[in-house]
Amino acid sequence: MADKKDLTIVCFSGDFDKVVAAFTMATGAAATNRKVTMFFTFWGLNVLKKKQGRAWLGQGLMAKTFNFLMGGRKTLPLSRLNFGGVSAGLMTGMMKKHNVATLPELIEAANALGIRLLACEMALHILELGREDLVDEVEDIVGVATFLNESENGHIIFV
Amino acid sequence: MINFLDITKETCPMTFVKVKLQLATMEEGQELEVILNEGEPLKNVPASCEEQGYKVLSIEACGDNKHRVLIQK
Repeated sequence: MADKKDLTIVCFSGDFDKVVAAFTMATGAAATNRKVTMFFTFWGLNVLKKKQGRAWLGQGLMAKTFNFLMGGRKTLPLSRLNFGGVSAGLMTGMMKKHNVATLPELIEAANALGIRLLACEMALHILELGREDLVDEVEDIVGVATFLNESENGHIIFV
Repeated sequence: MINFLDITKETCPMTFVKVKLQLATMEEGQELEVILNEGEPLKNVPASCEEQGYKVLSIEACGDNKHRVLIQK
């Protein structure tokens, strides 16, 4: 068996197209025998929120407002040509038309393949989010030291 | 039991993903028949199966640019 490097993908962006790219690389790598970890921080955390739409999460007014505006998995904007939020839906329609896996399908595949999902402790702290606000598939909440230790001998991709 | 998978309508990365997940549900020694397109899937699906320690028993063209690959877990 060929010796393959582990892959860690830092999901900083919460843009729909970039998240699709991250999950495409992650699932492709896991399906071809690589150990894959996805580390979600800041905007990327929107993907992991249990509430998939807009929700007033957190305690303070600022955190609640930021969380509402940042939204969840179903409100990810396109990085360009977002047109007030309609583009992600249109793009999903085009993906289906061409038999390309949609974001929910990619996330489901990632879970089935055992890809590790980690959430950034610091970003969660800023946004006043807790473990209970994140989907069950999140394996752990970690800091940058843990993330670096675990990805030391592999490739790191920043999205 | 014959395991069968048609991935001719799938695109990257679901081509490998579906094969990998299907193989994961099978017992050792069981066989999986995969119909796939030439190009990327034909180049990489059998190779990635072999890397995982599975045996590619045969690859044959079955017309219309499709190929039938038989894999043993």
